[in-house]
Amino acid sequence: MASTYEKIATNTLGTATGTVTFSSISGAYTDLVVVFVGNLNAAATCNLRYNNDSGSNYSQTDVVGDGTSATSQRRSNGTSFRLYDVGLSSNNINILIFNINNYSNTTTYKTTLLRSSDTGGTSEVGMGVSLWRNTSAINRLDFINGGGTWSVGSTFTLYGILKAA
Amino acid sequence: MATTYKLISSVTVGSGGAANIEFTSIPATYTDLLVKLSGRSSRSGAYAEEFLLTFNNNTSSYSERWLRGNGATVASSSFSGSSIQQLGQPGAAATANTFGNWEFYIPNYAGANNKSIILDGVTESNSTTAGHALTYLHAGLWANSAAITSIKISAGSYVAEQYSTAYLYGISNA
Repeated sequence: MASTYEKIATNTLGTATGTVTFSSISGAYTDLVVVFVGNLNAAATCNLRYNNDSGSNYSQTDVVGDGTSATSQRRSNGTSFRLYDVGLSSNNINILIFNINNYSNTTTYKTTLLRSSDTGGTSEVGMGVSLWRNTSAINRLDFINGGGTWSVGSTFTLYGILKAA
Repeated sequence: MATTYKLISSVTVGSGGAANIEFTSIPATYTDLLVKLSGRSSRSGAYAEEFLLTFNNNTSSYSERWLRGNGATVASSSFSGSSIQQLGQPGAAATANTFGNWEFYIPNYAGANNKSIILDGVTESNSTTAGHALTYLHAGLWANSAAITSIKISAGSYVAEQYSTAYLYGISNA
């Protein structure tokens, strides 16, 4: 069986860290998947940026449920993909799964699907889509906790998916 | 480069259906688990029927929070009990030959922490009636520190229909 889902890098935090970066990402895959499992001490400013771009090139649409009600919101001309709009919180263990499809093409803008799960029973579950209005191949991801840190033991894993030969 | 996404086991339900789909003796050698489920319930008259998820044959300490769209409204609720529930599958009244499509991601399943799960799934039936097709996203928690060695997907009081399938993958980030 062909191997089509390969780990590119893993970062398990030994110290609390404000920004986690995957850089020099190979363009050899079809799609990228990032899995985050962990916690943080402040969710209010968590963001994802591509290729270290802080221009106003990001937009997103989200839907979130808190166990009582469901809401949807969108944002345009942002300077990052705001993760806390998609249910990320500092309460419990979070799971975030990012699917970044066709990340290395140089023709289209880049779309990312995010599913989030905060499983402590007091927070939120959500999903969001972001658009980065840039045709560059994505070669760097920055997960930025600008108001605090990602907690010790949190794990970020970057996978590459190859279309089957 | 190491293979990180490996099929551990699969189940295809045979003639007559099955009350449960189970994976047992799951090795602890992976980082995360992923289950992909295609299911349909035998419940008469139902357009959507729930499957129940439990680990290690344990029926306590489950909680969940979910988000659901049914074609007309979107809702969120929470639940605590003996399983993770609300895993909607087409029932006997749904369009023939339709099956639900679900994915369960279970990180750090062999660790000593409580087990967090993210689940998402959909059903679709070409019906114009709200509630005859659903999309779900769940945050689940099994508040138990034991390593997960078995997974049971139960059809409750009914059966998972023939041709329901489940695939268990192990994912390594080592």
